[in-house]
Amino acid sequence: MVKNSHSSPHDSHAPQSFWSHYVFSTDHKMIGLQYLITSFIFLLIGFSLMMLMRWQLAFPGHPIPLIGSLLSSAVAPNGVMTGEFYNQLGAMHGTIMVFLGIVPLGVGAFGNYVMPLQIGAPDMAFPRLNMMSYWLYLPGGLLMLLSFLLPGGAAQSGWTSYAPLAIINPGQTVWLLAMVIIITSSLLGAVNFLTTGLNMRAPGLSLDRLPVFTWAQLVTAVLLLLAFPPLEAAAILQLMDRVAGTSFYLPAGLVVLGQQVKASGGGQPLLWQHLFWFLAHPEVYVLVLPPMGIVSEIIANGTRKPLHGYKTLVASMISIGVMSFIVWAHHMFLSGMSPMLGNFFLVTTMIISVPSVAILTCLIYSLKGGSIRFTVPMLWALAFIPLFGIGGLTGLPLGLTTTDIYLHDTYYVIGHFHYVVVTGSIIALLGGTYYWFPKWYGRKMDETLGRIHFWGTVVCMNGIFFPMFIQGMAGQNRRYFDPTAHLHNLPTQPLHVVSSVFAWLLFLFQLPFIYNFFSSMFKGERVDDNPWEATTLEWACPSPPPHGNFVKTPRVYRGPYEYSLPDQTRDWLPQHEEAKALT
Amino acid sequence: MNGYYGWGLPVAASTYAHDIDFGIIMIHVAMFVIFILWGIFFTYLLIRYRRREGVPAERERDHGALKSLLPDIIVMIFEIGLIVFYAIPSWSRIKMNFPDPSQSNQVDVIAEQFAWNVHYPGADGKFGPREPRLVHFSNPIGLDRDKPAAQDDIVFANEIHMPVGKPTLIKLSSKDVIHSFFVPEFRIKQDAMPGMVIPVWVTPTQTGTFEISCAQLCGFAHSFMRGEVVVQTQEDFDAWLKSRAPAKQEAPAKASESW
Repeated sequence: MVKNSHSSPHDSHAPQSFWSHYVFSTDHKMIGLQYLITSFIFLLIGFSLMMLMRWQLAFPGHPIPLIGSLLSSAVAPNGVMTGEFYNQLGAMHGTIMVFLGIVPLGVGAFGNYVMPLQIGAPDMAFPRLNMMSYWLYLPGGLLMLLSFLLPGGAAQSGWTSYAPLAIINPGQTVWLLAMVIIITSSLLGAVNFLTTGLNMRAPGLSLDRLPVFTWAQLVTAVLLLLAFPPLEAAAILQLMDRVAGTSFYLPAGLVVLGQQVKASGGGQPLLWQHLFWFLAHPEVYVLVLPPMGIVSEIIANGTRKPLHGYKTLVASMISIGVMSFIVWAHHMFLSGMSPMLGNFFLVTTMIISVPSVAILTCLIYSLKGGSIRFTVPMLWALAFIPLFGIGGLTGLPLGLTTTDIYLHDTYYVIGHFHYVVVTGSIIALLGGTYYWFPKWYGRKMDETLGRIHFWGTVVCMNGIFFPMFIQGMAGQNRRYFDPTAHLHNLPTQPLHVVSSVFAWLLFLFQLPFIYNFFSSMFKGERVDDNPWEATTLEWACPSPPPHGNFVKTPRVYRGPYEYSLPDQTRDWLPQHEEAKALT
Repeated sequence: MNGYYGWGLPVAASTYAHDIDFGIIMIHVAMFVIFILWGIFFTYLLIRYRRREGVPAERERDHGALKSLLPDIIVMIFEIGLIVFYAIPSWSRIKMNFPDPSQSNQVDVIAEQFAWNVHYPGADGKFGPREPRLVHFSNPIGLDRDKPAAQDDIVFANEIHMPVGKPTLIKLSSKDVIHSFFVPEFRIKQDAMPGMVIPVWVTPTQTGTFEISCAQLCGFAHSFMRGEVVVQTQEDFDAWLKSRAPAKQEAPAKASESW
């Protein structure tokens, strides 16, 4: 029934050419894999930029070994990077990691591949829109990267691009253009995800039977849909300020480097911050919700029991989604906005921590009574809980107005949000890769390499980010090209060396993963359709799923996590198996 | 090194520094306790419920709601306490209540790439007007020297002097981009926003030389935007102020008056 109502390109099973199969594909699975590979490459690029910056932070003023001699003398004379280049690396690191790495990985890759399978759909609702979404993302990302080659280099005003700095700095125009393209891509995706998730569910799959991962994707799609348009508009206004002589964000009487700025004035730099954070705070949850969904799936499967508090989990995700729209100005306590407003955002920020605590509580309680299998995906999912917990807890002194006065814009902030998005989101996304890899390729990733990758990665990530809390306590400001220029940074300078060494080690520990991924694709151990003995619908179709996914549209009889039911010969009962299989 | 800095919080040198430190330390103790308790419980669960042959998982009966809300309720009570008894009162003390200007050492700080310009009103206690069109390398803040209020004004860069034990009221502004005025020892931070004048106050509690650093990305030399706060006794401060006062200018043949 579902299939007939959609005369998508997938109903034809004619053999496809290389181009329509691998490149301009409308199949959600191929698009998901395109997103997966592309976003992993962007993550690696963003990480590489950071590895360069880590040299400058650990050994300021020393020539970068090996790579320094390859860089042009404009950005690194004699191999020593300039302040401009450092700022370019910083701005691009943030932009690439957030907009080109984690969001496309969590939504474009995992959402695209897994969500239609989890709801028993033959494809996304709008396959061509889906293809267009990828084919806007990739050029947008390439444009962003290519801006390094332009005269003046890439954007260098931070990923936050605060006006007026962003308006007078070089590189920003291309950043804004690329952002407009990337945002458009995300919006197309969001519309598609919402339509698919709500309208194309298999018969019997009511909302209260949806897997948590699909719920997370739906909430994420709403956030993207509502939060991105204001930023897109804001970016176009900033673009106008740069190229068309408007002054939306420029007040009158600016004097830059001794020259009066030729702008009519009347604009307000705070306006940019409000518009930016109105997107960028929900964006934090866009980075975090899909990984939370992944962790929930893996934990239910690895403990062999239903998740504790399914309804609490879903309700918490929805309330996070709603609340995330009224906490944005906690990034702006010290921006010069009225301190009265600070009190309002203080209260909403404390409120949004409640559902976040509830989610972690449910995940921990889910372990109780389980029969925990320490598989590779499960290791990542388990590591998510305490490490994301550190990220959440350290948000507390930043969300409180008074303590934020001291900690705002210090390394403490960097430590906090990297614990959230790196040891939180990225760890969960890596776990998800190991978990769903058998579905993508019909083969399993190597277990031993997976364990090496896991332990190395977790130790290194903590080694990078934990010292930042200490540096932040000592008052070290973020975005410093040369921390040693300030006396109060000197005692904690050795910690920069520690962070940097762990960052480079972290890179080495990704090599087994890269090797494992590609070699398992061709040579991994063959597994059947449901190697993890899981209950949700994506395991009901062949691995890899054929065109149209399901041979026959599945019918759903029960909730998503029916593990260890009594009177069963097996300890899992898939959603699509008929009830008479009981007994 | 002067012993102010280390691996923890720097020396606390203002009246409200202890308020902020109290919050930071209390929250970190709470965070530590929460993390350790959860960590012990988490580790226990992992060991107790690891997979063992012949021991199936136990399905819990659905009594989840209250149990999973309990940690939430505790956290919520703690947070409400923090808001009501700590954050809102201390925030309004620091950011919303300002000392009486006539009883304070008044100074305007005008940030630019990449320096802190400091403007004292001089003996008359009145700030001369500043005009963007007058900005010149010899007059970085565009002070209109022709105006009477500006005659005795003192202007220099990257050094703010303050008397100990008396409030200093700073009016913070910026000529070009956003900067952020941060003195770790005072625990004070405030963005300097172009187009706005934002008041900041501090009462130093000990003499010494402290560091001003810019906490908001302001361009390629952001990390070199550094200044010093010199906290002196009232006598030393008065003497310093007198020594920096502009020399009485000879009246230049009435020229400026007739303009």
